[in-house]
Amino acid sequence: MSSKTAKQDKALVVDSLAMRFGGLLAIKSMTFHVNEGEVLGLIGPNGAGKTTAFNAITGYLRPSEGSISYRGSSLVGLKPNEIADLGVVRTFQKTSVFGGQSAFDNVLMGLHRRQKQNALEIIFALPSVAAEERRMRDKAHEILDFVGLDGRAGELGSALPYGEQRLLEVAVALAAQPSLLLLDEPVSGMNPSETSSFMNIMGEIRKLGITVLLVEHDMRMVMGVSDRVIVLNHGSIIADGSPSQIQKNPEVIRAYLGDRYDKAKSGSKGKKRAQG
Amino acid sequence: MNRALEIAFVVFLASVPFWLGNLYYLHILVTTGIFIIAAMSLNLLLGYTGQLSLGHVAFFGIGAYTSALVSLGFDLSITENYTFVLEPKPVWFAFLCGIVLAAICGWLIGRISFKVRGAYFVIVTISFAEVVRLVALNWIDLTEGPMALNNIPPFTFSIPGLWELTFYKKEPNYWLVLALCVVSFVIIRRLVNSRAGRAMIALRENEPLATSVGVDVTKYLVLATIVSAGMAGAAGGLYTHYVRIVDPDVFLFIYTVTMVIMVITGGKGTLAGPIVGGLIFGILPEVLREFAAPEVQWMIYGVLMILIVYFLPAGIIPALSQWWQRRSQSHEQVTQGAAE
Amino acid sequence: MDQLLQHILNALILGGTYALLGIGLTLIFGIMRVVNFTHGELYTFGAYMMFMFVMTLGMNFFVALVASVVLGMLLGALIEITLLKPLRGADIDTTMLIMIGAWIAMQNMEQFAWSGIAKSIDTPFPAEPLVIGAVSVAWSRVFVFVVAIALIAGTYALIQWTKLGKAMRATFQDPETASLMGIRINSVYIATFALGSGLAASAGALLGPIFVVYPTMGDMAALKSFAIVILGGLGNVAGATIGGFILAMMEELGAGYISSGYRDAMGFLLIIIILLFRPTGLFAQKERIG
Repeated sequence: MSSKTAKQDKALVVDSLAMRFGGLLAIKSMTFHVNEGEVLGLIGPNGAGKTTAFNAITGYLRPSEGSISYRGSSLVGLKPNEIADLGVVRTFQKTSVFGGQSAFDNVLMGLHRRQKQNALEIIFALPSVAAEERRMRDKAHEILDFVGLDGRAGELGSALPYGEQRLLEVAVALAAQPSLLLLDEPVSGMNPSETSSFMNIMGEIRKLGITVLLVEHDMRMVMGVSDRVIVLNHGSIIADGSPSQIQKNPEVIRAYLGDRYDKAKSGSKGKKRAQG
Repeated sequence: MNRALEIAFVVFLASVPFWLGNLYYLHILVTTGIFIIAAMSLNLLLGYTGQLSLGHVAFFGIGAYTSALVSLGFDLSITENYTFVLEPKPVWFAFLCGIVLAAICGWLIGRISFKVRGAYFVIVTISFAEVVRLVALNWIDLTEGPMALNNIPPFTFSIPGLWELTFYKKEPNYWLVLALCVVSFVIIRRLVNSRAGRAMIALRENEPLATSVGVDVTKYLVLATIVSAGMAGAAGGLYTHYVRIVDPDVFLFIYTVTMVIMVITGGKGTLAGPIVGGLIFGILPEVLREFAAPEVQWMIYGVLMILIVYFLPAGIIPALSQWWQRRSQSHEQVTQGAAE
Repeated sequence: MDQLLQHILNALILGGTYALLGIGLTLIFGIMRVVNFTHGELYTFGAYMMFMFVMTLGMNFFVALVASVVLGMLLGALIEITLLKPLRGADIDTTMLIMIGAWIAMQNMEQFAWSGIAKSIDTPFPAEPLVIGAVSVAWSRVFVFVVAIALIAGTYALIQWTKLGKAMRATFQDPETASLMGIRINSVYIATFALGSGLAASAGALLGPIFVVYPTMGDMAALKSFAIVILGGLGNVAGATIGGFILAMMEELGAGYISSGYRDAMGFLLIIIILLFRPTGLFAQKERIG
């Protein structure tokens, strides 16, 4: 799906984002945007700052400089739950579920945003409360089914095998009704068949019209699901284009392979890129 | 099926005064019931929301003192010329005042807990309770300090002009406490099984994940502390109009400890935990009192606590339900085996 | 003015012992992350040991002091080995409960053994106070001050310059890394708890003869220790020292000029106010030992 022809609204706009930790500059200057409805892949060598960028966008870290806005509203300075209320939901790089609760309850917790009952209504057990509970429970089953975990609804989050825990994470994030979903290495640690099923789920997510910003190391997966890919290295974006463009981009290749590529090239061709 | 069991259980409890015979035992049940309400309130904060609040007795005591003072009436010289005078108010009104003031203090603590986490929060809550105790001890003008507030009126229910019932005897107090136990239990159960309760549990289990799906940390911490504190204040109000004397000892740290013991040994984060813990540690002292000096009693508690924590770390209720699950699973296996 | 000097002098003396309590707890709390409810009981224990040695057994005062501190350290090590070590890795509630259980058991054992009647301990110092200009101070208190300072200095030296001290600091920074580097974490924990308990016992042994000894004296000491730890920052020995003196000063001045009834409340009010504005304590930048 080419992004050139149709009118593309920018959903997420990140401008000159910089992140400093004490003396360490984790992100130098990041400028990019995500269009409505697209799947944007964010790749880059380890330590390039991808998760830091996620943390900044979703309110877990405060940007040192720069602006971040979603559908026109600034996200800087907002708390993570406020950002979630705007429809921006993320997953975490290290497996993050509610370990002590069942998979079903995990998704129920994710549905928090969709419910409106307040404390007084709950305490007085107004009929609207019970009705909403039933709707939510049905929805939770739906979502578990969507990621293929409906058979595991009763299992404790911490008892699920690794691949299923990662699926549960996505289910919980989907439950929060995101319009922009930030996935932090969703298939890391998954075996090839799990990764393939996940790619199918990604297709379904995209059909729902959810915009996705995806960080991943698994190249086959990223190139397979993304409309567009941006590459982060040493704190700045060094490339932005379609998956095939990125795969051929020399800057990107150098970023991943480093000096060895240059030395190999200069060995056979001499001159220019000796210093990289 | 479960609902019927519960109702039957409550009816059974309500029948106790008719056949127990011994007024002293009834008295123990009343005080135990009051403690159970306090323990349930602490469980909401400590068990479900995961907040290490060790100043809970402050809410209990604030509820007790406020209810006592409002029902007795008091005068307070604010400046040389002006004295604030409050006429004695009906007991039910004083009782509500106690709940409200305790809830307001809960709100304050809830707001603070958001800024101050973990072990520091423990210390803040302990300090808060100590400050309140010292104020109660030293502000003699208002609280009579160690001389205690006495002759506190008991609960009274009346239809003006027609009928009035004053709870001088133990039985009506028992039923009142039982009724409030049931009400408290229902409130907590409804909260816990709802969106609000799930938010609190989510905060306890995995706060970053909870916020990522839109759970507002401050809002639910504050909600938990307000409900928890108000309920403890209600327990305090019940205490004050039953025992009819209140002194600063009601704020002693040892009572917070007792509540914590009840919650954790019973099973924190479970609905029945505080009830079981409350029954054990409410009744045990009285049983031991017969044949052991107070110090020995407390030593037995200390040791008992350590043992329960070692062998049943999640508490009694979770251990029981695990045992029950394993029994029914092996039963299934046996019947399946037999069928094949 | 004289009044003020007297208060300051009293505060200095009290502050020294408060510092001992605070340092002991900040080490335990900081390195082991245990909410140590037995800290106050070690204080009481030190005082009762002094009573037992000096009054019941007729031992020499100074020997008794040393013995009390040593016994305090041994008791601390015992608590660590029997109660804390088996529960390593359990959640903070469980550890808290065990410590509360131990606190209850200890306090009531003391009550059982010595009854609730307050005891006093004779000191070998002259009864007439030392008079310097307008202020006067009892010799026994001068002794307390000197010993407290010596113990604080000794602890500081241990942390900064000995192998054990380095191991403690490494464990404070990051227990996992420290154990990967070959530090025996279990030994560090035992040593830390013993040291912290020994300091608490020393405070009790020093103050016992000055005031009186009774079973619940440790409760207030424990609460104040927590106040000092917050003032000074977790694991910060210098902070705890300064915090101890600040608390003593606030109590003395507050009791002298505002109201003696609220003396003990001063510390808690201080904590609450500080934590409201600086949730990590006063000296939080130096969140390290030493």
